[in-house]
Amino acid sequence: MDATDTLVEVLKGEGPRVLATLARTVGDLAVAEDALSEATITALDAWPKTGIPDNPRAWLAVVARRKALDLLRRESARAAKESAAFRWGTEAAPDQIEDAIEVMERESSLRDDMLRLIFTCCHPALGREAQVALSLRTLARLEVPAIARAFLVPEATMAKRLVRARSKIATARIPYAIPSDTELPDRLAAVLAVVYLIATEAHAPTGGDAVARVDLEAEAIRLARLLAGLMPDEPEALSLLALLLLTSARTCARTDADGNPVTLADQDRTRWNRAAIAEGLAWLSEAVTRSGGVARAYQIQAHLAAAHSTALSWQETDWDRIVGLYDLLGSITVSPVVALNRAVAVTERDGPEAGLAALKTIAGLEYSHLWHAALADNLRRLGRTSDAAGELHTAVTLAPSEVEQRLLQGRLRTVRSELG
Amino acid sequence: MALYVALLYYDRDKYWASSPETEFSPEYREFARRATEAGVMRGGEALHPVTMSTTITVSGGEGGDVLLVDGPYAEAKEVLGGYFLLEAADLDEAIAWAVQIPAAWQGKIELRPVAPGHA
Repeated sequence: MDATDTLVEVLKGEGPRVLATLARTVGDLAVAEDALSEATITALDAWPKTGIPDNPRAWLAVVARRKALDLLRRESARAAKESAAFRWGTEAAPDQIEDAIEVMERESSLRDDMLRLIFTCCHPALGREAQVALSLRTLARLEVPAIARAFLVPEATMAKRLVRARSKIATARIPYAIPSDTELPDRLAAVLAVVYLIATEAHAPTGGDAVARVDLEAEAIRLARLLAGLMPDEPEALSLLALLLLTSARTCARTDADGNPVTLADQDRTRWNRAAIAEGLAWLSEAVTRSGGVARAYQIQAHLAAAHSTALSWQETDWDRIVGLYDLLGSITVSPVVALNRAVAVTERDGPEAGLAALKTIAGLEYSHLWHAALADNLRRLGRTSDAAGELHTAVTLAPSEVEQRLLQGRLRTVRSELG
Repeated sequence: MALYVALLYYDRDKYWASSPETEFSPEYREFARRATEAGVMRGGEALHPVTMSTTITVSGGEGGDVLLVDGPYAEAKEVLGGYFLLEAADLDEAIAWAVQIPAAWQGKIELRPVAPGHA
């Protein structure tokens, strides 16, 4: 990591914290964002010359506050009408803001400000796309072009999405507040879903030819880490972090030297990131301790990821445990994809006859390449090679990305060669 | 404090099947009483059925041809049955009131912030 990387890491780590308090004290997320952006530019210019300050957060807070005051003064000078625009919480005049900001160094109030920021970005009155965009921009401090690239939309589209989201927060008065205890479970689920969605997009990109997006995966983990740190008593927040760490540990082994995808069964397990697995297991055990014996969806998924990550090989995987975990997961979330993964584990535990039977009971996956590929695998093991080739052919035509098409075509070639 | 208009939408078929109400029913009067007592209610009316409505378009810019259509805008599945004007501190508070309006379970409610200072 060179000096610029260190600098960017510090800015990404401290930025949201500075922003969270600034948004409350100036009462306007858009102004706070602009002020922090300007402060960040100043830091990128000054720090390489002076070195990173001992307390970068305080440095950023002071500069961002000054920028925010300038912005507010300019704004109120422009039109009296605009100064009547909505302000969160304190209806503070610019001069009083200086005093209000003095409280920012208190950790407990900082924690509350961070939670306010998170729950505002993921408020259910905002669409899922807007929540994701705001979370990556505001919480992960990703630049707009990077977010646009990650979701394969034009930069202007992503910029517009963010402007609209911020303007809805201000105009509809989405409160800068931590949800009440009764609302918290639903609101927390929405926040975790946003992070999970970012991780899913990283793990299986919906477009392009990459097997995974490592940069986006790192952002998802950064957000999950933030949530786990802020809400250490919420088992699902800890479980999500565990799940993402355990999954990310395998990312580098999911591609071969030529950039082709490698499935879990064929991966070189020595390439797995042992540190990430160890950390994931530690968070999972913490989540289990806190959940009082009731495992919810992310915890079960983390257990599944752990079962794979700790297995010495595909053959030596504890398939009985994995089938059991999928049964549990299927009992709380009805999903054909869960049933499909369960069926794959059944094949390994009980053989292809049982696996095939399990696959055929699943409805609603007729257009899923994964379902056809799983059917093909069982048929091939049963010696029904020509049927297997037929299913693989269907799977190839249904595959949503180039990467998966290549993988399935490779398998189809192998099966056809067995046909002779 | 901010003003929100709660627009009360009903499924078109159900709305026509029941006798069109041109005034709020007892359960609506009860909601209005509670909201008024809490100082949230700033106005509201039931609307005549959509068969009474006229949709207006001026084509070709200001001063252009006036086109009138008998009935509501578009062939929407939902029709607007009435509205309330609610005053609340923020969106969460407005939502907390909106969920108590019968249309919330009989149909749907759209909450929209009112742009101030243009009346």
